[in-house]
Formats: sequence, C-alpha cells, structure tokens
Amino acid sequence: MSHTLSKARPIAAALAAMSLLAGTASADVTVISFGGTNQKAQAKAFYEPYAKAAGSKVVPGEYNGEQAKIKAMVEAKNVSWDVVEVESPELARGCEEGLYEKLDYGKIGPKADFVPAAVTECGIGIFVWSTILAYNSDTLKTAPTSWIDFWDLKKFPGKRGMRKGAKFTLEFALVADGVKPEEVYKTLGTKAGVERAFKKLDQIKSSIQWWEAGAQPPQLLAAGDVVMTTAYNGRIATAQKEGKTNLKIVWTNNIYDFDLWGIPVGTTKKDEAYKFIAFASKPENQAVFAGEIPYGPTNLKGTALVDKKIVPELPTAPQNMKGAFASNTQFWVEHGEDLEQRFNAWAAK
Amino acid sequence: MREDNAMTQLTATLPRGMAAEAAVPLKTQLRRAERMKKLKYGALIAPLVVFLLFTFVWPITALLKRSVDNPEIVAAFPATSGLLRDWDGRSLPSDAVFASFADEMGKTRGTPVFASAAKRLNMELPGFRTLMMKTARAMPPTDGQTAREAFVAADERWGDVATWQYLGRNASPTTARYLLASVDRKYDDAGHVVQTDADEAIYVAVLKRTFGMSAVVTVFCLLLGFPLAYLMATQPARIANVLMIFVLLPFWTSILVRVAAWLVLLQSEGLVNQALRAVGLIEKPLQLVFNSTGVYIAMVHILLPFMILPMYSVMKGISPAYVRAAVSLGCPPFKSFWKVYFPQALPGVGAGGLLVFILCMGYYITPALLGSPKEQMASYFVAFYTNQTINWGMAAALSAILFAATLVLYMVYSRLVGRQELAAKAR
Repeated sequence: MSHTLSKARPIAAALAAMSLLAGTASADVTVISFGGTNQKAQAKAFYEPYAKAAGSKVVPGEYNGEQAKIKAMVEAKNVSWDVVEVESPELARGCEEGLYEKLDYGKIGPKADFVPAAVTECGIGIFVWSTILAYNSDTLKTAPTSWIDFWDLKKFPGKRGMRKGAKFTLEFALVADGVKPEEVYKTLGTKAGVERAFKKLDQIKSSIQWWEAGAQPPQLLAAGDVVMTTAYNGRIATAQKEGKTNLKIVWTNNIYDFDLWGIPVGTTKKDEAYKFIAFASKPENQAVFAGEIPYGPTNLKGTALVDKKIVPELPTAPQNMKGAFASNTQFWVEHGEDLEQRFNAWAAK
Repeated sequence: MREDNAMTQLTATLPRGMAAEAAVPLKTQLRRAERMKKLKYGALIAPLVVFLLFTFVWPITALLKRSVDNPEIVAAFPATSGLLRDWDGRSLPSDAVFASFADEMGKTRGTPVFASAAKRLNMELPGFRTLMMKTARAMPPTDGQTAREAFVAADERWGDVATWQYLGRNASPTTARYLLASVDRKYDDAGHVVQTDADEAIYVAVLKRTFGMSAVVTVFCLLLGFPLAYLMATQPARIANVLMIFVLLPFWTSILVRVAAWLVLLQSEGLVNQALRAVGLIEKPLQLVFNSTGVYIAMVHILLPFMILPMYSVMKGISPAYVRAAVSLGCPPFKSFWKVYFPQALPGVGAGGLLVFILCMGYYITPALLGSPKEQMASYFVAFYTNQTINWGMAAALSAILFAATLVLYMVYSRLVGRQELAAKAR
C-alpha cells in the first residue's frame, strides 16, 4: 500500500502542476498575424493594451497566409491558434469549408460601426491595405507616375519587383495595357483577357525580381536591387519613417483589400478570442494601429481619431482612393487556383 | 501455446499419449524447437517492425492513396453519384438523377461537405463553384416544378451534357486526374487522356529539371569530393582528423543558416562581388543569386559531406599494398590508380552519388531561397499545393512520382552493385 502511495504521489504532483499550467495557458490568447512591421504595429496597438486591460497575455505568432496549417489543425481537432489574420479570398473560402467560426457580432460590436465590406460572415476587417507602386528616388531621375511607366523599360531601365503570384500581378498588367480599373475583373474573367495579361507581362518578364514576403520590397528598393516594385503601402511608409526617405509611393490605380480577423473552428478559447477581436476593433485601438503603420481603420469612428498628419498616407484618404480599385474577393475565390497554376507554368518557363 | 497445454493434459491423463509423444520423429521435434527460437527472435525485432510500419509504410501508403483519392463528390452527393456511375454520359441524365441531385443539394447546402464538392468541381472548370452555390440556393424545387426545370431555371448550363460530364467523371471515389496532371496530361470532354494545353503544361519540364539539376550537383560533388576523400584516406591520422573536422563542421550547421550565409556572400552588394570589384576583375556586380549559379553553389556545398563520408569509409578500407604492388610490377602510377584503386573505391562512389542524387531530388529550401522561378524543382510545387492552394491530391501525386523515381534509381543501383559483387566472387 505504502509502496503504491509513494509511487502515486509524484504522479499526482505532476498532474497538479500540469493542470496549473493549463489553467494559466487557457486565459492567454494566441494571435497569428503576417509578421514584420505589421505585427510590430499590432503589438503596440492591440496586444500590449489588451494584456493590460484583460489581465491575460497575447501569445503572438506569424505565418504567411498558408491556409493548409489551419486546415490541418481543424481536421486534427487540435487547434492551437485562437485568432488569425486572414486575407479576404482565403477567409471566404475557409468560411464555406468550415475552417472558420461564423462570427457572433453581438460579442464584437454593432455592424453599422464598420465599413460595410469589412463585415463578413466569418471575419471582421482589421484594416484596409493597398498594393501600390513604390520606387527609389535615388536610382530614378524622373519619377514614374503610373503602371504604364512601370512597364516602360526604355524610360525607366532596371529591375522591377512584383509579388510572386497571379493575384495583383495580372490586374496591374491589364491596367498597364489600358484596361479601365472598373473593367479589370470583367476582362480577367475571359480567356482573351488572361492571354492579354500574360502577354503584357512577357514584355517585362526578364526584368522582374519576384518577392514573396511584404518585408522584401523596401529591402530590394533600398539595396538597389530593383528600381521600382509593387509593395504594400504600410511597409514603404514605415521604411520612410525609419529614415529611408528616398522610397516613394505612387498611388495611381492601387488595389486595396482588407485583412480580417478569423477564429479557427475548434479553438478551446473562443471566449478569449472574441474578447480580443472586440478589443482590437475598438476605434481608439484601430487609430493607434494606423498611427504605427498607415493602414486604414475599418471602424468608421476610428478614422476620425487618426492623427491628421497620417491621414494622407492612408489608403482610405480621398486623394489615394481616386482611380483605386478593390480586389475582387469573389473573383479570386473562383479563379484563384486556375490562374495561380497558369502563373506558375508561365513563371517557370 | 494452447496446443502445448492440451498436450500436457493429455499426457497426464492418458499414459498411452506419452508413448505417442515419444514416437514423434526427431525431425518434427527439431522443427518445433526451431520454430520456438524463430518466434523468440521475431519477438525481439517486433518493436522495430511496428515502428517501421507506423513511421514508414503507413505514411507512404496513405500518401500514395491520397494521390488517387476523389472523395468530395461522393461524400456530398452519395445517391446522385451512385446513379451517375450508371449513366452513359452521352445525353442528359434521367429525371431520377435530377431529382436526387436536387434533394441532396438542398440537404448539404451551406455545409463544409458541399463547399469541398464545389471546390473540387471548380478545379475541373473555373466557375463551377459559383454555379453550384447559385443552384443550391434555388433548391429544393418549388411546388409544381420538376427538378429538371428547377435546375435549368437556376442556370441554363444544367441543360448542357458537358456540365453533367464533369460531375459524372468525378462520381467515383478514385481518380487518375492528379497523377495525370503531374505528367501534364488531362481528360478531355470525351474522357480520353490528352496533353495539357501548352501554356499550362509545367510538370514534365519541372521533373526533367529536377533530374537534370540533381545530376549536375552529383557530378560536381563527385569531382570535388573524390580528391578530398582520397586525401583524407591516405594521410596520417593527425592530418586526416583535421580535414575531417572541416568536412563535419558545415555538416553540423543548420541548412537554413548556410543558405542565408550564401545569400549574404553572393548578393549584388555581397562580399564576393565587392572583392571581385576591389581587385578590378569586374566593373558591374555579377548576378550570382536568384539564378542557377547561386543554387548550384549552395547545393554542392550543402551536399558535399554526403558524398565525401561514404567514399571515405570505403577508401579507408582499401589497403595501400595493392597499388604499391601494381607500381612495383611496372604499372604506371595513373594506370595503377585507375585499374587497381578506383574499382575498389567504386562502391563508395556509387553510395555517395546515389545519396546525393536522391537528397537533391527532394530539395526545396535552397532553390526556393536562392533561385528564381526557373530553378524551382518538384518539391517546390509539392509545398505550393500543400500550403498555398490546399490541393493535397496534387501534392500527393507529385510526391508519388518522385517516390517512384527514387525507387527505380535505388533498384538500378542495387542491381549494379549486386552484379559487381557477383563479378568479384567469380574472380
């Protein structure tokens, strides 16, 4: 008897310790974002104030948007991510396929407070971001002003950076070929339109340097590896803030889109996840975020709180919205896989 | 065991049984003892067998199965797919098919199962997803409307045989589609296997490139590794040990760190370009990364130890007496190396070469970080389908092809080595 007791004691102690660990862990919320300066801004605007207000930690993590990780977790019923930052087409697809919880807006805030397009079934918009043309004013004597200039190898010799993938690349190619922004997705929906986009890309193919992570374009520009590039507006703006004032943004015909918060199905900390999302969606916190990295708030009240100096840098500023067009989520849900496959075949040749 | 028990009981009660046992021939007794021994040995290696089953056989079988799996349509619409399997595919399906499809669409609409089926069909024909979503909203048919009318009213494409053929072709739980796609083949509308359109074909070229790049890296590793392994095997232990450290240190460093280091060294403002410019050899920086040069340099560097170590271990076992004897008998030094030493080192060369080649075929991180889209090998696309588009069937099919290629290579190698051993015995 005493023998079994002496054996059982350490086990009991270990169990107690484990339950203690689990107890503290359950209150912490794991938030996954796209990393880099975007994550740093989120830490300042959301994670740190949330930790103070809620008294529990945010465990930050990053990924590159790979939905496979979420699918694997959901299917294995072992979900360790509680809140995830997702781009709109991936979220729409994941929502249909049962990867993300259908949101209960009662736990987040009134829908009317947000930009209508930011309110979706499984995700609430965090911010509006733009893909813009950026260039290095040290290496280019004359400033480019449009996507037509981006394609002009004679007037602007040198390498160009573009995001490796069909999304945005094909849109810009069509705009450079003279398609009106409002007709880009209609054109891209036809076989001839796709041909036209790839033909246009062929013109500059040998001068393209592909990038994958949002942190790369400012580096490529600063190092002189490319003279201009497509980039996320916030990444260039933070690089400017860090002293790289030779990096400039051209807003003509930029494409804007939302990043949204989603909750993977099966997380054990759904309540904490909602608490975090509600906190991060508050106007005052979104305004702090926009101050850190100039991405536009989705909370309409947040826009009013943003520092007046920063407003012209936001994708949502009226002068930046002129000629800009929204990424068509439905189009990419539908044609994404096909066009990415086609793009891969084209790029590998 | 139970048999033994029965036997003892029998002998305890019946003396005649004992006599019977004594009459069992020696041969049978021996065989029985032998069998017990084998069982014991078998029990000893059982954990290993179980381990191999779980970590090797099972995952590979599961992967191979996934490359032909086609569960989405059958899972979402079991009755309809059952009916479609008997459909001739030439004219529109019967009213029963329409009715059952309408019924099952209404039932599964809005569920993940339905979404995966729609996604699967969209893979066959972009636009099918919207068609499915739109049609599902119109189901079940309103009163006084047949299922057929409801479908055509929702979208006239349902009145077209071609639309139904996409469904019909995927109504069975297995498909060769992924395997065909990974060698640039597809089914046409009539169900025949044809080549993929030229601007979408990619994998044959990628597989060729995978083999080509692996061959180049293997040859470079051999050219660089052979002299070093030879040097290590023939020098006194003190020098050989120092050389060994130089081989092993990078071998123990993380691959990611080494790739990043090459990136720093080779980029246009990197150390190599700066040094070359300082010396005055070049004026403009050379493009050394994001092309094949960078990939080859880094891959040869990373895989070199896998070439050197097997060669070294074989060369270490070759007695220097043979070459000495050949030279003393008047054979010129190079000829005696080629005729006497090299054949003995050949198993090491073969093992090293095979190891490097096989590792090379699965390489992902180095080309991904140091190459352009033109240097990406098969595993890049496996990662692309696994992570980006979540098309695991395609990822599994590409892996299956790599796996088959590896098996063939290994078989060729073991056949060659086996022959050599036979030849050696014959001598």
